[in-house]
Amino acid sequence: MAWTRNVLRVNLTNGSITTEPLNMQWANDYLGQRGLATKYLVEETDPTCDALSPDNKMIMTTGPLTGTMVSTAGRYSVVTKSPLTGCIACSNSGGYFGNEMKNAGWDMVILEGKSPKPVYLYIENDKAELLPADDLWGKSAWETDEQIHAKHQDPLVRIAVVGRAAEKGCLFSAIVNDLHRAAGRSGVGTVMASKNLKAVAIRGTRGVGNISDPTKFFKASEDGKKVLAENAVTGEGLPALGTQVLMNVINEVGALPTRNHREVQFEGASKISGEAMLEVRESDGKANLTTNGACFGCTIACQRISTVDKDHFSVKDKPQYHGNSGGLEFENAWSLGSDCGVDDLDAITAANFLCNEDAVDPISLGATIAAAMELFEEGAITVKDTGGMELKFGSAEALLWATEVTVRGEGFGKELGQGSKRLCEKYGRPELSMTVKGQEFPAYDPRGIQGIGLAYATSNRGACHLRGYTVASEILGIPEKTDPLATDGKAGLVKAFQDATAVVDSAGICAFTTFAWTLEDIAPQIDAACEGDWSAERCLVVGERIWTMERDYNLAAGITGKDDTLPKRLLKDAAKTGPAEGRANDLHKMLPEYYEVRGWTLDGVPTDETRSRLGL
Amino acid sequence: MLRSLQIEPEKCTGCLQCEMACSYQAEGVFNPSKSRIKIFTFHDEGRFVPYTCTQCTEAWCLHACPVEAIVINEATGAKEVIDDICVGCKVCTIACPFGTVNYNQETAVVQKCDLCGGDPECAKACPTQAITYVDSDHSGLERMRAHAAQNLPQDNA
Amino acid sequence: MKHVIVGAGPSGVIAAETLRKVDPTSSIILIGDEPEPPYSRMALPYYLIDKIKEEGTYLRKSSSHFGNKDIDIIRDRVSTIDPKNKSLNLEHHDVINYDKLLIATGSHPITPPIEGMDLPGIHSCWTLEDGRNIVNKAKPGSNVVLMGAGFIGCIILESLALRKVNLTVIEMGDRMVPRMMDQTAGNMIKSWCQDKGVSVHTSTRVDAIEKGSGDSLKVKLDNGEVLDADLVISATGVAANIQFLDGSGLETDEGVLVNDRLQSNIADIYAAGDVCQGKDFSTGEYSVQAIQPTAADHGRIAAMNMAGKDTVHQGCVNMNVLDTMGLISSSYGLWMGIDGGESAKLCDNDRYRYLSLSFEDDVMVGAQAVGLTQHVGVLRGLIQTKLNLGKWKDHLIKDPTRIMEAYLANTQAIGHNAGVI
Repeated sequence: MAWTRNVLRVNLTNGSITTEPLNMQWANDYLGQRGLATKYLVEETDPTCDALSPDNKMIMTTGPLTGTMVSTAGRYSVVTKSPLTGCIACSNSGGYFGNEMKNAGWDMVILEGKSPKPVYLYIENDKAELLPADDLWGKSAWETDEQIHAKHQDPLVRIAVVGRAAEKGCLFSAIVNDLHRAAGRSGVGTVMASKNLKAVAIRGTRGVGNISDPTKFFKASEDGKKVLAENAVTGEGLPALGTQVLMNVINEVGALPTRNHREVQFEGASKISGEAMLEVRESDGKANLTTNGACFGCTIACQRISTVDKDHFSVKDKPQYHGNSGGLEFENAWSLGSDCGVDDLDAITAANFLCNEDAVDPISLGATIAAAMELFEEGAITVKDTGGMELKFGSAEALLWATEVTVRGEGFGKELGQGSKRLCEKYGRPELSMTVKGQEFPAYDPRGIQGIGLAYATSNRGACHLRGYTVASEILGIPEKTDPLATDGKAGLVKAFQDATAVVDSAGICAFTTFAWTLEDIAPQIDAACEGDWSAERCLVVGERIWTMERDYNLAAGITGKDDTLPKRLLKDAAKTGPAEGRANDLHKMLPEYYEVRGWTLDGVPTDETRSRLGL
Repeated sequence: MLRSLQIEPEKCTGCLQCEMACSYQAEGVFNPSKSRIKIFTFHDEGRFVPYTCTQCTEAWCLHACPVEAIVINEATGAKEVIDDICVGCKVCTIACPFGTVNYNQETAVVQKCDLCGGDPECAKACPTQAITYVDSDHSGLERMRAHAAQNLPQDNA
Repeated sequence: MKHVIVGAGPSGVIAAETLRKVDPTSSIILIGDEPEPPYSRMALPYYLIDKIKEEGTYLRKSSSHFGNKDIDIIRDRVSTIDPKNKSLNLEHHDVINYDKLLIATGSHPITPPIEGMDLPGIHSCWTLEDGRNIVNKAKPGSNVVLMGAGFIGCIILESLALRKVNLTVIEMGDRMVPRMMDQTAGNMIKSWCQDKGVSVHTSTRVDAIEKGSGDSLKVKLDNGEVLDADLVISATGVAANIQFLDGSGLETDEGVLVNDRLQSNIADIYAAGDVCQGKDFSTGEYSVQAIQPTAADHGRIAAMNMAGKDTVHQGCVNMNVLDTMGLISSSYGLWMGIDGGESAKLCDNDRYRYLSLSFEDDVMVGAQAVGLTQHVGVLRGLIQTKLNLGKWKDHLIKDPTRIMEAYLANTQAIGHNAGVI
């Protein structure tokens, strides 16, 4: 069991709210969350639809383990068609929202159509209603969260919300829950706002039960927690330094994209690293990091809870930013930091607060600002476009300004909000956009880490590290060390990571567990919680089925093998420094082999045989 | 030697494993809303504070109960609610000045921490040892109680 | 030492038990005038809905409880007391002497001065016997008029509704529970009851009750309306049982006047519970609170002083918790606020949620809540500890739901949080 077996369907166009049983045949084939919701989307929508039209649907979904005592099992995902990439979008978030949805009794909330007026969805167990949000429209995610909490008089209502960016059409808008956790990538927040849906607020008090075999379950989840606690990354590195444990490591291996990927090492990396967040500031005697925190059920606790120096220019006389809030993860520190050439920790933290306040993906934002900075330095963008701001690499003032106008959808910020691809095309320099399928890169340069280049090129949601985190193997040696500069064997490695991650994302747990857990650790926990036999082998097949289904969606949406590529800069311009000096990414050596191990044609289309083997 | 829950908020990460463990023990489902221990979040300050009944010697809840539904477990010192006797009048919920007795509308009886009969699940589930079950003398709980109750009239027998 | 306690309600029972604990060799006599073992009126509504049997209302469940504690129970009514001779006259028993006497005779429902209140078919809801009568007469489909929407009236609403009677509530005040909640909350409770099919008339008086056809009654309202009723329940308030003290020399007002040791003007006589005009924590004045927690506190403190253990009564916070057909409300202390004090309010009429906090400087002095069941006791804690809230008062004014956080932030002086929160 473990699933609640209940689906809530909300038609925003006519305001009808209905319930239906979960399709258990599909649950057996796709497990839950990412896989299962994608199956629903595939069955119910036309992949060629306009992502921002009422024809697109948006599904909020939990996994079978969500809300149980399995470590990190508080996750939910948002599945929809991305307005940024045109691909399938699936963004995953922690915090407490996912558990609340599960406790309210829902595996899935399917949102259809478009409301004639701004509304928010309030769910209290089996009661769900659309409430007017006219007074919330135009408000930041943080203000909206506060107002909804005040209205319902319950601090334990958990809220997922979009900010001003999404309302203004920023294509990489996120959905923020619990103030600083986010379904971050691919513009899922933009889709939500396009439906005139400002927020989903949930209070769930029904409990999560239906554990198939409680004795086995507690044994398996205990074992799992022990593995996490004893692992160097999940037991020590992540709690102490968060994902920011990686900043110095990735810089040293020459894979830290800097100044829009012009370079692969950043001279200021140590100033914006996890270690730097622990250093006491001279100005106010406090460290950037106050403490680490956990998402629901997480025994790793990698969250950063941080402050910005009250006297720093970015927040001076703005008391709303003086308290603690979600601090820097490696991705945000990289995108807002080294990719823009900025080494001012306070400024980056403040920019990150702004991203949370208005629910924007900081990876795409930072990378787009980085592209704009290069366009500015190349003269393609001028102060006439920016209204006077000198968008120079390294300028913390420029970073804060660009962040603020983008998250609020003002002036030049509306252009930045279209993302790097559209921005660079508009200003005549498409080659400066560091994107795959229109989505900006995360924090690993594929010249210094070859396998991640293949993962980016083939990721079903555009450039993304969380679809196949080969960095674990290529840099950290998890589960076994491979040479980051080699291309041999990377096709199989990428496939293995992609399929395993699809399972993790479908179960209700966090991808970061895979620093310590393999499917051998995860499968027994799913098996004990869910009906049926969930061996690691079956899980892998489910993962491959999910991946291939997503690929088919993208193909149907018109995204083909031709789009499985990287920007010219990464394929042609060699790294200038570090261990990868002289190397570009050798995607051409890996891609054909990847198609082969996947059982796809040379054009990247799954063969009939592959589809039938996977039951597609 | 009586043992008590020792709570060290500075170690708490807000993961709510304790709330799940507590509710599973008490209700048979993972349901933080029914947990007897609660984590309170201080967002601006970046702090998480677990809090539950301290099994105070004053036992306000017990004395306020009109039907003797709250009794002392002599082995653990816990003040336990006997569900079959509780009528659900809620007087104990307003009498407990620490706010740690709650009414459950679904079961129509009140609920509070009973130390799981001497083997508290919350302490076992806490991954950071923010909640431990230790000899009362060493817990600092007395200080916590004393501080919390310093202004309350000590009018009990 | 011979302790005699008159009244076998919560206050008397707790006093007897406390005396046994702190004065182990004394003789203790507990006198009650009802035929049942000591029981709780708080439990009556649950008896009416068959949630518990009669035994479920008993204050102590073991039949040997009082015997084991060597507490003698006498079922009789005290007719007069004789402080000079330190003795009591009973209706059916011989004179009893005492060294220390506790008056814990509780209160009785008042009969409003309305014509026809003596007709058959009009009951109060105060004793187990009343409960049995109501159970027998409140048949499905019968017309029931409830006079008074105070605390007692409200807690029996659900039991009447569950019996599927046609229920009409008449309340003189401009809202329900006017002595416990403000306009907003009282009207919220009214609208909740109306939603559940109960007809509620506020600002309405009963002018007279007359005999109708057969066993039925006609209830005439001051707005001219006349209601047919098979059963009328009178719940218009209670008054202290002090009549038998007339001429004893004991000073009384609303109840027995006491000092801050719960001692009356006569040194060896104490009073506790509904009959006692004890100190109110919030006002510092002496008044009859007639609530369960106060009865319990009084019983303990009076007993301590009777046993020679000098114990000062700091005053009880007046507080109530009410379940009106599933809508839970509570109020504490100076819930109506004070002149010049600040307050924080949250109100959602659609969802029946209300929270109102009242402050004097940075100390909480009163509170009301509708729809809140979690951590409500901390409102008492915040009020009774007179906690200086500091900056947390502003936090509460912004978000009154953060009552537990306000309490913890100001009391949890452990770990490094002390300097942070």
